Amino acid sequence: MGELLVIMGIACHAVSGVPGLFMKRDSDAGQRLATMIAVVGSVLGIAGSLVSLMGPSISGSGIRLDAIAAIFLIPIFLVSGLGSVYGMEYWAQARHPADGQKLRLFYGTTTAGLAGVAVSANSILFLFAWEVMALSAFFLVSTEDHEREARDAGVLYLIITHFSTLALFALFALWRIAVGSFALGPLPAGIVTPTVATVMFLLAVFAFGTKAGLMPFHIWLPSAHAAAPSHVSALMSGVLIKIGIYGLVRMLSWLPDPPVWWGASLLALGTLSGVLGVVFALGQHDLKRLLAYHSIENIGIIVMGLGLAMVGRSMDVPAWIVLGLAGALLHVWNHGLFKALLFLGAGSVVHSTGTRIIDKLGGLASAMPRTALFFAVGAVAICGLPPLNGFVSELLIYIGLFRTLGIGSDPSWGAGALAAPMLALIGALAVACFVKAFGTVFLGAARSDAARHARESGKLMTMPMLALAICCFVIGVMPRLVSPVLEKGIVAWVPAFSSGHLLLVALAPLGWISVSGFVLLGLLLLTGLWFMMRVQRSRVVADGTWSCGYAEPTPNMQYTASSFAQMLGGFFVWVLRPHVDTSGKQSVFPGQMHFSSHVMDVVLDEVLRPVYHIGVRVFFWFHRFQAGDLNAYLLYIVFFLVVLLLWR
Amino acid sequence: MAVATDAAIFCRSGQNLSEVGVMGQVFIHIFILLVMPPLLLGVIGKTKALFGGRNGPPLLQAYYDLIKLFQKGSVFSTTTTWVFRAGPVVGLGTALLAGMLIPFGEHSAPVSFAGDMILFAYLFALGRFFTASAAMDTGSAFEGMGAAREVTFSCLAEPALFFCFLVLAKLSGSLSLTGMLDGAFPFGVGATVPALVLVGASLFIVLLVENSRIPFDDPNTHLELTMIHEVMVLDHSGPALGMIQYGAAMKLFVMGSVLLRVVAPFTFGNTWADWGLFVAGILVIAVVIGVVESMMARFKMILVPTVLVAACLLSAFGVILLLR
Repeated sequence: MGELLVIMGIACHAVSGVPGLFMKRDSDAGQRLATMIAVVGSVLGIAGSLVSLMGPSISGSGIRLDAIAAIFLIPIFLVSGLGSVYGMEYWAQARHPADGQKLRLFYGTTTAGLAGVAVSANSILFLFAWEVMALSAFFLVSTEDHEREARDAGVLYLIITHFSTLALFALFALWRIAVGSFALGPLPAGIVTPTVATVMFLLAVFAFGTKAGLMPFHIWLPSAHAAAPSHVSALMSGVLIKIGIYGLVRMLSWLPDPPVWWGASLLALGTLSGVLGVVFALGQHDLKRLLAYHSIENIGIIVMGLGLAMVGRSMDVPAWIVLGLAGALLHVWNHGLFKALLFLGAGSVVHSTGTRIIDKLGGLASAMPRTALFFAVGAVAICGLPPLNGFVSELLIYIGLFRTLGIGSDPSWGAGALAAPMLALIGALAVACFVKAFGTVFLGAARSDAARHARESGKLMTMPMLALAICCFVIGVMPRLVSPVLEKGIVAWVPAFSSGHLLLVALAPLGWISVSGFVLLGLLLLTGLWFMMRVQRSRVVADGTWSCGYAEPTPNMQYTASSFAQMLGGFFVWVLRPHVDTSGKQSVFPGQMHFSSHVMDVVLDEVLRPVYHIGVRVFFWFHRFQAGDLNAYLLYIVFFLVVLLLWR
Repeated sequence: MAVATDAAIFCRSGQNLSEVGVMGQVFIHIFILLVMPPLLLGVIGKTKALFGGRNGPPLLQAYYDLIKLFQKGSVFSTTTTWVFRAGPVVGLGTALLAGMLIPFGEHSAPVSFAGDMILFAYLFALGRFFTASAAMDTGSAFEGMGAAREVTFSCLAEPALFFCFLVLAKLSGSLSLTGMLDGAFPFGVGATVPALVLVGASLFIVLLVENSRIPFDDPNTHLELTMIHEVMVLDHSGPALGMIQYGAAMKLFVMGSVLLRVVAPFTFGNTWADWGLFVAGILVIAVVIGVVESMMARFKMILVPTVLVAACLLSAFGVILLLR
């Protein structure tokens, strides 16, 4: 039953864009039909996943639908369905006759590919679905292929995703040789030698880490997320990169007898990704690039949880497995929800103002109150602040990390505990970054005409945001609702747990999170009401902002996003390496001055590009053999045939 | 496995509640939390006046100020939105809940569970998010500057605080603030006292920074360019300003109570005597802050991060001492 519904859901998404291909380019009919099919597909898929969560796991004929698959399927269907509703207004066919049909076709196939990866129990099917997803996403990134930025982002994405696929081919070939089967599943101990297992682990981390955007394999992510239409960015950041996490979660549970250094290196990679992701986000001027770097940060947090669970598996500590894995899986959901929300919010801003440059915006909260409110919800959630959902998953990982001190009956593993302050650093930096983004875009006064004339988006765009915001809130104040799902995911990850184990509710204060969430809301309500009462009873004057005595401040005098991040960026100048351009004369009488600073991606622009240029120079002499001369090519063929003949 | 031992992490056993009862303890806790914070500001002011050879404002001046502010009218900038009004509300609301998580002296906190120290730290982060956003909402360069400084310095204060929590969790074997601060540190073990000294020093620095005290910030300075916290709230007036000041005093009080339990984990074994001990201790901390403020000049702004990194390292050394 469950698997049937899920497959029907996948099929709906896969074909959702097809009817529109045969309809008029300037009418919305095809789009309405596609959205309807996609929404039906999402409802079917979510229903199927929920049904399968209640029953036992289903496997057979190349398909596996267990709790882990269901946990990843639900956000895929949810975000994709809401995104296609949003797309009806954001990328209305009538206003995008050239690329609307293409966008919807590949939006559907990407979703179908994602869901296909999550249910396949066979490496051939897995790779097939993976490539459908990866190639469709290329067309999504380069939707606006008349623009150079989108083409460059698309090509970079395509190259990197092929590296990932290449590693997957190697991984599954190794699996076939070592295990003797294309079927994917838990490996019994002793079937692969430790060396082979280690190679498999490294390949999996590279292949899936690249897809997930884990530092330092993240280089495709920022430009792809920025160049794609916003509901596509929401899909990519919310769920597409999670399919990398899915692969990692699966592979880590299947490989037997993991040594401690696997988990430790994942924890280290996660911490690196988390800290550097948010640091780079601080340096961005483009709202969508900023959000993209936050995805790298959140993937880092997820991998930290996963690393802790792996260490728990290696050292046989159930509490770390339960807390680390539950935190990672819940953060997969949470990040899917709030990052999709933030990208849809950013899309609403772009739709209304036509710019993604943070320093050209400002004051949008009065013109776009709903978008501002939903963006604020997303911002609070992504910073991991109570009472929203980000807090719950980070709390689980925190408690797990604290327990590595040797609390209760656990052994002590000091390296884990030292990751807790790093997570705190990530959280504090995220607060700084989102105060910057939210404050500069939505608050204060408008910095440009585009921002001054902004208008609120319509219901089709705000309603999906509302739905996501409600999800963030519900998980935040009632985590007990999702803990049974997480428990099932944990049992699916560690089969040994199926006969009774440490329960998540016994390890994490989920009930207390609800209590404190409601108490916090109550306190805020009380103080808020009291404040409103006091204000109403006294004299209220509306006047301009007091600018310390300056009579005529202009919007250009506001603190910009760049100035906001300047001091904090200074601490990390060794990794951010901003390109600063100051021109203009400095003399006794100051004339016109110019200042701009731009943060490049350190891995892409400082490491890979130079290496690439060296490579180009080294291999330049190959040109002589490939100069376009047909006779020469035929000669090569003759030459090699002769060599082969002589050799045999 | 281990469910019994895990239960011990959640709640603390062996409390001497018979005399007043649980509800009474909670009532006293809330009463002290609501009433006492502004007194600390008065004590700090008196101490500074004493060092300066002045009479200084009355001990209860902060209360008079609050009452007056709550009755005043408000000025709202035409640039501002709901975020500007949410700033003071969230700042005060989060401080109130954070105050419920901290044990006051020997008495356990009304709300206590495994992992509540993370909620504690993140509540202040929530308050910071909204206070800084409210500052950005005015569209003033000065307030933006203050917001940027506030969030920047917190990025260094937060890891320091978590290193301190790690030390306390390791020493007490508990994951809740009530358990961590119950005073039953294993003094017999060699590294306990040095680790606690390091944590105490680190917490004191974090307390001074987060509550904008000299030598890191000066609430009474006259130049907006040099302020951190105060410049963020330039545009708040009347009840909103009162709430901000009340919330700030409460934050000082709450963080002071954490510090108090680390440096003076004593008990008389009698409920009322312990409440007295707590009140006296927190006033001593206020006096110490006053003394520090009188004896030190303000650091240059660029020195603040350096000192904060030092605070991080102090508490990190504390962790390393215990992990070895």
